[in-house]
Amino acid sequence: MSSQREYAIHRAPILTPAFYGVLLVVLIGMGLVAYRYAVGVGAVSNLSNGYPWGIWLSYDVATGSAIACGGYVLAVTVYVLNNFKYHTMVRSAVLASMFGYSLAGLSVMVDIGRYWNSYSFFVPSRMNPNSALFEVALCIMAYCVVLILEYLPAVFEKFADEDANKSPKLVEFGKKWEKRFSKALFVIVAIGATLPTMHQSSLGTLYVLMGYKLDPMWQTGLLPLLFLSNAYIMGFAIAAFETVLSTRLLKRPFEEEIVDLSKVIPFIVFFWLIVRVIAVTLNGGWSNAFAFTGRSIWFWLEILLVLIPSLMILFCRYAKSESGIFLTGMLLLIGGGMYRIGVYNVGFNPGDEYHMYFPSLAEFLITVGFVAIEILGYMVLVKLTPVLPNLEKHGHKH
Amino acid sequence: MIERSLLSAGISRRDFMKTVSTATAVMGLPIAMAEKVVAQAENQDNRPPVIWLHFQECTGCSEALLRANHPSIAEVVLDIINLEYQETLMAGSGDQAEESLHNAIEKHAGKYILVVEGSIPTADMDVCCQIGGKTALQSFKDAAEKAMVVVSLGACATTGGIVAIEPNPTKAKGLIDILVDDMKWDKDALDAKYISIPGCPPNPYNVLSVILYFATFNKLPEKGPKIPPKKNLDIKDEMAHRPTFAYGRLIHEHCERRPHFDAGRFVREFGDEGHKNGWCLYHMGCKGPETYANCSIIHFNDGAAWPIGNGCPCIGCTEGNVLFKDSLFSLAKVAQPAVTPYASVPETEGKGKESSAVQAAVVGGLIGAAIGAGAMYAGKLPKEPKDENK
Repeated sequence: MSSQREYAIHRAPILTPAFYGVLLVVLIGMGLVAYRYAVGVGAVSNLSNGYPWGIWLSYDVATGSAIACGGYVLAVTVYVLNNFKYHTMVRSAVLASMFGYSLAGLSVMVDIGRYWNSYSFFVPSRMNPNSALFEVALCIMAYCVVLILEYLPAVFEKFADEDANKSPKLVEFGKKWEKRFSKALFVIVAIGATLPTMHQSSLGTLYVLMGYKLDPMWQTGLLPLLFLSNAYIMGFAIAAFETVLSTRLLKRPFEEEIVDLSKVIPFIVFFWLIVRVIAVTLNGGWSNAFAFTGRSIWFWLEILLVLIPSLMILFCRYAKSESGIFLTGMLLLIGGGMYRIGVYNVGFNPGDEYHMYFPSLAEFLITVGFVAIEILGYMVLVKLTPVLPNLEKHGHKH
Repeated sequence: MIERSLLSAGISRRDFMKTVSTATAVMGLPIAMAEKVVAQAENQDNRPPVIWLHFQECTGCSEALLRANHPSIAEVVLDIINLEYQETLMAGSGDQAEESLHNAIEKHAGKYILVVEGSIPTADMDVCCQIGGKTALQSFKDAAEKAMVVVSLGACATTGGIVAIEPNPTKAKGLIDILVDDMKWDKDALDAKYISIPGCPPNPYNVLSVILYFATFNKLPEKGPKIPPKKNLDIKDEMAHRPTFAYGRLIHEHCERRPHFDAGRFVREFGDEGHKNGWCLYHMGCKGPETYANCSIIHFNDGAAWPIGNGCPCIGCTEGNVLFKDSLFSLAKVAQPAVTPYASVPETEGKGKESSAVQAAVVGGLIGAAIGAGAMYAGKLPKEPKDENK
């Protein structure tokens, strides 16, 4: 039966040296999280009243959730645009998204100073449905649940393919739920294709609300649109980057589909650039952009780091190779991530009475720890549950 | 008809519509209802007669109402209602005035609104607050018996106010005590016929809104607090008889300084850094957290100012058990959520730490190393597309 399946468990030892290496990074990060809860958020971070949102939000939430949009863009490509060619890549992207989004939520709990008040979020009388932040929080939480539901069929498949003589009840349970889920999956996928559209744009809305605190190079009423299209860029970029990295590191054959998939990136980038140029023009940000300050350099890097890989994909043969896919994916991720950090941190100035924000080492290591959890979880789960494409079915030769 | 009188008073129809629309909004009615309210306001034949009695007080409530800066609100009020007797405003005096009061009560028996300003002395002293040879208690009882609605206006009339603070030589009382104890009004009678508008002074728009509501719908607006929902309040609890639209929620809930409260930024001394920056006045004795009123939303002087906005702690003037009972500078009991800010929570302060050069170098180095490793890795991967010949 397992040879008929679209996805298969990647048969390899779990406890590799790489596993222990990543685990060490996780432990350092989590140790610092424990320390942060013991001594308070001020002691480990460089956050202040003026700069209350540091890299825990600009990277972990804003950028992390955009990087986790791989599952979203693939779901849209496969199910909404009906490209079932890419169906084999969906599950690994969903798994990565699940970790990305859950950890974005977790890092918010590390970031908020008065976490003991956070239960108020679930008390209807204390909800503020007019708040953009409320929308983001609600939507991200809902999407975490949706991603877990999208991933669950892999677990049921695993149970269903167990040895029926050894554990008949487990097999029966797996088969029953697999069947149930296959009927309901289209609803879950439909919700999954809607929610990120909402909160990815709201992540931009949050900084529309910052008004003049945000530099005119970034501030615009079009931020929601820019953030949403940026999420698409980063979603496709991470799909490319992750495919190359995981196939190489897990010693699997290259998944050719990604070459075709990345062809769409330049068009989204050009759309994003056009909107960006209009926004900067409308807001009078060009004089700042040519001032050659640190900010203006950041501004140009943001643009060049998405423009150059797009041109490479369009005109360069190299970009179709494994190395080219990896490099363009990486550049797009850096450029797209810089745009989000540019809005959240670099372009943000609350006034002269605060020290410029730059993350402390502890803040940085906590963020790295969260990323390591993501990698560790992915590494372990692809070896425990059927997530990666079934090589037997797809006729790959080793 | 009303337009003519408005024009003679120098009020344009536009100003008039604006005032009535504002009052409609304050009442929390849908804006489409404004037409109905306007229609009522223009219909002079339906003007409800009002008898306005003053007892032990400072006339501040009347003053506040008349000084409302919206274009001549006093005149508008006078045209919406049929003010039969008001000691501050009327021209007559002496026997003439007494006669007009007597005539008004007889003529409109069972149909007039009785507005009472000031507390009522109950001590056995004929000297306090006698008018026309009658004690205040007697005047009130005579007027209240035949009234359709009794409105207690201001802190004194609702709970005794400043006149009733210890040692209270005149044994001054608020209307609710007289109505329940002396006149034996039961719950149904109070629900249908009594409304209290506390405050020192109450916001003129709240007064105007209640009167307009009654004139339009011929009944009293919804009464009682909204948050927290207090059910089964004792009938003698004046809180059960306040209009919900104005007194349903705490000042604290919509206070412009509320974020500072939640963030732990408090004024510790008048004129200190926090005071200059408009932080929360809780530690200066602000009673906003236990005071039910809409001051934080509609403000005074036509929205221009209000005590907390000016840096002065709320004194809780709508609460009979707070105003003049608690010290001005004592900490308020935070009614909702039912916790005071944790004492252990450190004050949020400071400019934040500057990242040291070493830290910045390490963070920058790690990021740079990661990007470098990525670029190196890309260099090692195959650089030729696989399916070039297909």
